[in-house]
Amino acid sequence: MLSYAIRRLLIAIPTLFVVITVAFFMMRIAPGGPFDQERALPPEIEKNIKAAYDLDKPLIEQYAIYVGKLFQGDFGPSIKIRDFSVAELIMAGAPASMQLGLTAIAIALVFGVALGTYAAIRQNSAIDFVVMGVAMIGIAIPNFVMAPLLSLVFGLYLSILPTAGWGDGELQYKILPIIALALPQIAYIARLTRGSMVEVMNSNYIRTARAKGLRETLVVNRHAIRGALLPVVSYLGPATAAVMTGSVVIESIFGVPGIGTYFVKAALNRDYPLVMGVVIVFAVMIILLNFLVDMIYGLLDPKLKSR
Amino acid sequence: MSDNAMTAKGLVNGLLKSSRAFVLGTALIAGSMTMLSTSQAQAEKILRIGNDGEPQSMDPHFISTIQTSRISDDMSLGLLTYGPDGQPVPGAAESWTVSEDGMTYTFKIRDHNWSDGTPVTAQDFIAGWERLLDPALGAEYASLLYIIEGAEEVNTGKDGAKLAAKAIDVHTLEVKLTAPAPYFLAQLTHQTAFAIPRHVVEKYGRDWVKPENIVVNGAYKLVEWVPNVHTKLVKNDEFYDAENVKIDEVIYYTYEDRTAMQNRFRADELDVARDIASEQISWLRDNLSDSLRIAPYAGIYYYAIRTDKEKFQDPNVRKALSLAINREAITDAVLKTGELPAYSFVPPGTGNYTEPAYVSWKDLSYGEKVAEAKKLMEAAGYTAENPLKFTLRYNTSENHKRIAIAVQNMWKQIGVDAELFNTEGKIHYADLKVGDFEVARAGWIADYNDAQNFLFLGEERTGPLNYAAFDNPRYNELMLAAENEGDLKKRAELMHSAEAIMMEAQPYIPIYYYVSKQLVSPKITGWIDNAPDRHLTRWLDIAK
Repeated sequence: MLSYAIRRLLIAIPTLFVVITVAFFMMRIAPGGPFDQERALPPEIEKNIKAAYDLDKPLIEQYAIYVGKLFQGDFGPSIKIRDFSVAELIMAGAPASMQLGLTAIAIALVFGVALGTYAAIRQNSAIDFVVMGVAMIGIAIPNFVMAPLLSLVFGLYLSILPTAGWGDGELQYKILPIIALALPQIAYIARLTRGSMVEVMNSNYIRTARAKGLRETLVVNRHAIRGALLPVVSYLGPATAAVMTGSVVIESIFGVPGIGTYFVKAALNRDYPLVMGVVIVFAVMIILLNFLVDMIYGLLDPKLKSR
Repeated sequence: MSDNAMTAKGLVNGLLKSSRAFVLGTALIAGSMTMLSTSQAQAEKILRIGNDGEPQSMDPHFISTIQTSRISDDMSLGLLTYGPDGQPVPGAAESWTVSEDGMTYTFKIRDHNWSDGTPVTAQDFIAGWERLLDPALGAEYASLLYIIEGAEEVNTGKDGAKLAAKAIDVHTLEVKLTAPAPYFLAQLTHQTAFAIPRHVVEKYGRDWVKPENIVVNGAYKLVEWVPNVHTKLVKNDEFYDAENVKIDEVIYYTYEDRTAMQNRFRADELDVARDIASEQISWLRDNLSDSLRIAPYAGIYYYAIRTDKEKFQDPNVRKALSLAINREAITDAVLKTGELPAYSFVPPGTGNYTEPAYVSWKDLSYGEKVAEAKKLMEAAGYTAENPLKFTLRYNTSENHKRIAIAVQNMWKQIGVDAELFNTEGKIHYADLKVGDFEVARAGWIADYNDAQNFLFLGEERTGPLNYAAFDNPRYNELMLAAENEGDLKKRAELMHSAEAIMMEAQPYIPIYYYVSKQLVSPKITGWIDNAPDRHLTRWLDIAK
C-alpha cells in the first residue's frame, strides 16, 4: 500500500508538468491577446506593454521564463488585475471557494447517500419515484437558474437571507451559495447511490448475509453500503476538486470572493498568468483528490486491500 | 421489508433532526447579523454602489475601464475634476491662464495636501505624467497625454526626449502643447493626468497602491479591496473640501451579473446599481420608475465597413447599406432601453462642437430610404437574384446578435445577403485591428468631451483604430486644420465639414447613440444625470 502510494505521487509530478506545458501553449494558440479590446491600443503603446510582460519574446523563451519562475514559486503578475500577483489572487480567493465547496460536498454526500439508499431499499415504491424524480430535476436544472431563484425567493421575497454578497464572511452570506452548490451534487450522488445499491442488494454476498440470518439493518449498514459507495467515492474525487475550485456562476451571482470566476474571466481576458495559475491549482486538486480516492477505495474494497 | 424501512427511516430522521438544528441556528445568526448591520448604518453614512466590473488597479496609470475610473475619481483630484453635472470644474488647480496661441497653459495649484499630510506640489503632477509616459511602465492609456509637447517622444523611447512641463514654483505648473487643443482642460479630469505622491511611489514602487500604503489627494481613500467582491473607501479628512463631503464611506461592489446586482438593489442592499438587466426594462419602468435613470451617454454604436475591400469601394453601396437600416426599429423594438437612433457619428451635445453633421437623408421616411437604397444597389449591379454577399461580424453579446439579425433582414430587401459571424471580444477586436473583416460591429465612448475624440477615428493617421481604413484626403486635411485652429468656433466648423464628408461616404454606419442606464435610490441626493456619466461621491448625500 505504501509503495503504491509513493509510486502514485511520483507519477503526479510529470503529469502536472504535462498539464502546465499543454495549458501554456494552448492558451497562446487561442486567437486574440490580452490587449485586443474595443479601443485598440496604439502600436507603440502595445509594444511597451508587451515588453513589460515579456510577451514580445519568442514563445519558447516565454515558456522557459515561466517555468523557471514557477520553480521559484512565482506565478507571475495578473495582466488584468494589475495590483495583485496571481499568487495573491489565488490565496485571496481559494479559502472562500474551498470552504463553500467542501461544505457543499459534505452536505451532498450525507443527503445524497441517505436519499439514494432509502430509495434503493424501497425500490420501485412511490417514495423511490419521488426521490429519483426530484433528483432528476435537481440534475436537470442548471445552477444559473437555481441560484437566481434561491436569491430571489430567500433574499427578496422572504427576506430571511441576503440576496447576495459576502459581508465579512458571516454564515448568513454562505448559506445560499452552499445550497446552490450542493443541490445538483445531492441529486447526482443520490442517483449514483441508488443505482449501485440496487445492484449490491441483489448480489450474492448480500444473499449470503441474509441467509446467515443477519438483521436487515446490519446487512445494509455493514455490508451493502460499503460496496454501494464505491462508485460514489470515485465520483467524489473529480467532483470535489471541481466544487472546491469554485463555480463561476455561483460566485458571480452571489458575489463570492472565490477563484471560480477566474477560470472563465481570465480565459476571456487572455490573462495568461492567471489562467495558468488556476489551471495549476485545479490540476493539483484533481491529482490529490484522485489519489485520496484511490486510497479510500483500497480501504473499502477488500479485493484491492492486498495491493 | 419492514426492517429495511426502519433503517431508512432512522437515517432520514437523524438527518432531519440535525438539519433542523442547522436551519434554526442559521436563522438566529442571520437575524442577529441583520440587526447589527442596521445599527451600524445609522451611525455613519455609507453609500453602497453596485459596479458592473472588477476594478483593474488603484494606480491611475493602469486604469482603462470606466468601472475602475469611477473608484479612482473618488480618490484622486486632477488639475480639473468632474463637477456634480459631469462638467469639468477646478480641482487641484484653483485657476489657470492660457497663452494667446492657445498652446501654453499655466496652472496655479491649490494649497492642499496628500492624505498623509504632505503638501501636493506642481512637481507631483509632472512626476505623474513622466511616470505614465515611461515606456518601461507599459501604461495602456499613455497616448492620451500625447497632446503635451514631447510626450509621444518620451513614450516611444526617443533619445533626448523631454516633456514640456515645468514647475515654475511649488504651486505653479507650466505646460506646452503640440497644438491649441481646447479639449486639453477636459482631458485633465482623466486619470491619466493625475498627480502621484512621489514620496510614496519612490518608497513602495508598484505596491504604493496597496491599502496599507496608498496616499491620495481626493475625497476618499482606499481601505480595502477584496478581489471579485468589493472595494471600500473612507472619507479622507485631509481633503481640501472635506467639510462639504457628506458621505463617510463608499463601497463599490463588483457585479458583472446585472440581474444579481438588480436583485441586491431591490433588496435595499445597494443604493446605486451602475447598470441594469436590460431585458427587464418594462418591469423596471413599471415598478422602479423612481429609481430608474436613463440618460444620453457620450458614445456611438456603429458598423464599420472595410472600405479598402473591392466590393465596398463604391460609396453608393455603403450609403445603400446605411439607408436600409431602420434605426428606429432597432432602438424602439429591439433594444427598448431609451437609446437614440443615430444619423451622425458625433453624438449631439458633444463638447466644443456645433450640431452634428447628420446624413443628408436623415428625414426621409423609412419607405423612401429603402426605395433610394434599392435604386443605388441596382445601379451598382446588385438585385435580389444577384445579391451582394459579405460577412457581418459581431462580438459575443445578446444585443449585438439581435441587432445583427434585424439588420441582416433589413438588408435582404435591397439585395444583400449578409452572413452573420460571431466571435468573442478578444478575437473580434484582434481581427478588426488588422482589417480582417468586411462589415463589423464596433462602438466608441468618448475619453473626453470633444468632437475630435470621435472624428479622429476616420483619420488616415489614426492607424489600426480607423477600422474602416477610411482614407479621404479632404477629411484628413480638415481634421489637421482643426487641430491647429485656436479659435473654437472655426475649429468646430472645420470638424463639422469633416463629419459631413464622413456621413456622405459612410465608412462607418452610425446606428444608435448610447445611453447610461442605472438604478439610483430616491434617497440619494445630488445625483444629476449627465452625458459623461460621472457621479463623484463627494457631490452626493443620503437623505434620512
